[in-house]
Amino acid sequence: MMPEPTTPDAIRLALHGVGCRFGKVTAVDDVTLELRAGEFVSLLGPSGCGKTTTLRMIAGFIHPTAGTIAMDGEVLSSPSGSQPPQRRNMSMIFQSYAIWPHMTVAQNVAFGVKLRGLNAATVKQKVERILDIVRLRHLAERYPATLSGGQQQRVALARAMVVEPRVLLLDEPLSNLDASLREEMRFEIRRLHDEFRMTSIYVTHDQAEAMVTSHRIAVMNHGRVEQVGTPYAIYNNPKTRFVAGFIGRTNLLEGKAQGRVIRFDGFAADTTLFAFAAELDGDATLSVRPQSIGLAGAAPAPVAGRRMWSIEGTVTQRAYLGEFWDYIVAPLGGNMPLRVSAPPAVDFDVGARVWMSIDPTQVVHVT
Amino acid sequence: MAQHLWPVTGRRSPGVMARLRHVEPSIGIWILLVVVLAFLIVNPLSRLLLSSLQDPGSGQFTLANFAAAYGQPRYLAALRNSLVLGVSVTALCIVTAVPMAWAVSRTDMPGKTLVGVLTFGAFLTPPYLGALAWILLAGPNAGWLNAAIVAVTGAEKGIFNIFSFPGLVFIIAIYSYPYIFVFTTAALKTMSSEMEEAANILGAGVWRTTLFITLPLALPAILGGAIITFLEAIALFGSPAMIAIPARYNVVTTQLLEFFSYPVRVEVAAAYVLPLLAVTVLLYLVQQRLIGGRGHVTVTGKGGARTLIALGRLRWVVFGGSMVVCTLSVILPLVVIAQAAFAKTWGTGFHAGNLTLDNFRFILFEHQSASRSIINSLAYAAAAASFALALALAIAYIVQRRLMPFGGVLSFLCLAPFVVPGIVLAIGFYAAYAPQPFALYGTATIMILAFTTRFLPIAYANASAAIRGLNPELEDAVRILGGGRITAIRRVVAPLLKGSLVGAWLLVFIPATRELSTAIFLYGPNTRVMSVMLLGLADEGALEPAAALGLLLLAVIIAIVGIGYALLGREFLARQGE
Ligand SMILES: Nc1ncnc2c1ncn2[C@@H]1O[C@H](COP(=O)(O)OP(=O)(O)OP(=O)(O)O)[C@@H](O)[C@H]1O
Ligand SMILES: [Mg+2]
Repeated sequence: MMPEPTTPDAIRLALHGVGCRFGKVTAVDDVTLELRAGEFVSLLGPSGCGKTTTLRMIAGFIHPTAGTIAMDGEVLSSPSGSQPPQRRNMSMIFQSYAIWPHMTVAQNVAFGVKLRGLNAATVKQKVERILDIVRLRHLAERYPATLSGGQQQRVALARAMVVEPRVLLLDEPLSNLDASLREEMRFEIRRLHDEFRMTSIYVTHDQAEAMVTSHRIAVMNHGRVEQVGTPYAIYNNPKTRFVAGFIGRTNLLEGKAQGRVIRFDGFAADTTLFAFAAELDGDATLSVRPQSIGLAGAAPAPVAGRRMWSIEGTVTQRAYLGEFWDYIVAPLGGNMPLRVSAPPAVDFDVGARVWMSIDPTQVVHVT
Repeated sequence: MAQHLWPVTGRRSPGVMARLRHVEPSIGIWILLVVVLAFLIVNPLSRLLLSSLQDPGSGQFTLANFAAAYGQPRYLAALRNSLVLGVSVTALCIVTAVPMAWAVSRTDMPGKTLVGVLTFGAFLTPPYLGALAWILLAGPNAGWLNAAIVAVTGAEKGIFNIFSFPGLVFIIAIYSYPYIFVFTTAALKTMSSEMEEAANILGAGVWRTTLFITLPLALPAILGGAIITFLEAIALFGSPAMIAIPARYNVVTTQLLEFFSYPVRVEVAAAYVLPLLAVTVLLYLVQQRLIGGRGHVTVTGKGGARTLIALGRLRWVVFGGSMVVCTLSVILPLVVIAQAAFAKTWGTGFHAGNLTLDNFRFILFEHQSASRSIINSLAYAAAAASFALALALAIAYIVQRRLMPFGGVLSFLCLAPFVVPGIVLAIGFYAAYAPQPFALYGTATIMILAFTTRFLPIAYANASAAIRGLNPELEDAVRILGGGRITAIRRVVAPLLKGSLVGAWLLVFIPATRELSTAIFLYGPNTRVMSVMLLGLADEGALEPAAALGLLLLAVIIAIVGIGYALLGREFLARQGE
């Protein structure tokens, strides 16, 4: 986790009820989000959920059809008019990098600074400093076509940051890189953020990327923000089925609560096990992560002061993934198999009778 | 919805005025473009329709023009003749071009590059120049081939007469077959050889596979090329004017010339030309369906390495056949044109005493308007290419970047002249801009504007493709870093498009230098172009100077193609074929 800002900084960017429709398609619907100065927030969601559209509205390339976008208290976009991108003092890193192929690395990076009318000496000094920071000084006179993907990515970062934008927008900047480079660049982006503390919005559909880089994550689905929170909160306390399923793997158990019992297909639980017992009434869905489920060959002995939820079942499938076992366990007398991750030492054959034990504090009620 | 570039006003909130200061390409540009397109395309075509329905004197609505246009057997015969001509040319082209395309793309025939280059040469040769060459080759008495037959057999008289219906079909076909050749080759080359191998593995031999698998798969492409050939053949003016008029064989385009000779009856011409326009639009739509709007048929399946059909000894037969076609369309005509251009009298043959530069001197320095026509051709073509490209670029950019509403309409208008035969366009321009208040008939302006309109679709298709190849994020990056739309165009779009725009410019310039059918109805005493001049010289019987002029025209075309090739490489030739 990155250190939380110690003093509550001012709100830098505020989206209120922002929506965007393309004809009949609603790309973004009622998005409300606030960023404090220096904060790094990820927009995370599946393809087509409206991340790019949201980002491009913030940048001023697209006009919202509802709501307002304000920076430092000044409204930039509303359905009645938008400040054009060049007046916003933001910068953006594009999915394609959008490095101008007919300019050298140094010319690319200097472009924005020159547009700000600084004198040649200052431009040179700023460009050199940022190229040092992204470790590209030695490539300054090269043309982009001769650079590797990671180097191009760094040019894009340098070009966007050298103008010291009030908000930095990043649209899946790592999606064109191979896996190991992607991992390296994640930390690079975090390092640069720690150095400059630029208010940043980072669009990605890769949860690991979002978790490494961000103070907070906004999970989007079908144009809406489903939940905003720290990576820890999003993972451990998902509010919706979608968030629970999208961030990490999970078992979503659909049941029916009646009185003190919640019944699933083939098994049941005492609702008083859960802190959220009061919320349970009628249809309800619970989320249990595979690694929160313990497996044993015999019914677990009760432990004083610690109530467990225990389900008896049969192993129907298993795969060994090196770091853990991936089991599918079917509770007896029902058709609602659960996925269980178990340490390598916990070894059961397909067909074995097992007992699953779940710590109720690890179970989350989702809507 | 488009990205808004200017604030949508209506609510006066603070800051509206501040934002208005940053209004980017304004609505003014949009209006200007619409006006220009209306002037170039909408007005001429609507005037054409209108004048066909109006009494020329009173302007009253009337159907009399149609009665006049279709009231005489002679006029109806011309329509029928054009139809027969188009069908015959197309049939002849199919039987020559399809086997050639197959041999070039599917077999181990030798000399494929040579056949390809010569076919490209046939495509570049102005058909009226080919017609001139064939008058020299197969004129009824003195034509080279006839003279050769007389010399060899001792017969009294040669057997060829180019001034005949078969002669006309032949002369048009040898310059139209490249359309079918190009379409068919493209289809055969993109077709997966796995489809053929699938047939082979099931026991079909090479010939069976070719007949029942390969050719049926390429059929849409062949038909697409055939339609283009048919449309070209019926809209052609030069060859019929040179061959059919002496042969007293009337077709639609020569009949139109008759309506334009004194007293000019534009309204009858307009009525007469409408079926041509209708047929063109209709067949063009059919063609688009056939080729799926792509410019060529893509037959799915991975390309991959393909095995060529081994023809054995037959490959020399196939090569010989292809070379016969190329010889008739390019080599022989080039030889006789060059001979005539440097000859005192073309009929006396190849010998040193017959050599002279007089024809060039006559063309360049003595004839009152021939040298002028060369300058005119180059100047009008350059102006039209520049104008068409500027217009096409502006519109393609606006449409692709969705900067303004109704982009689709602008785009449609730019492409519309594609389905308008040159001769129809010329009559539309005449109807719209010859009368007061424009009174542009015979001026350079009307020539340039007509050429611009005629070749706007080529410019637009190329500009559009170039801009489509440019990632919009390159411009977005300029804007988010603080530059406006104009900065983005100047610093990023323009430098990146330079190469492809040079190519597009040349692609308009080449056909514009040789354009005839539009020019012939619009030129005046001082605005003759090379094509018009060449036709005039041939008409007067000054065949040697005509050949010299034709050779100069060919030299210009080849030089431009060379420049394009040097700048852009093979890609340029490929685009030329589209
Ligand atoms: N210009 C447009 N016209 C019509 N629909 C659009 C347009 N731009 C985006 N959309 C639609 O809006 C929705 C959101 O698109 P957006 O590009 O914001 O998704 P995304 O979350 O960035 O997806 P990805 O991860 O694939 O980049 C999609 O359904 C898309 O088809
Ligand atoms: Mg996106």
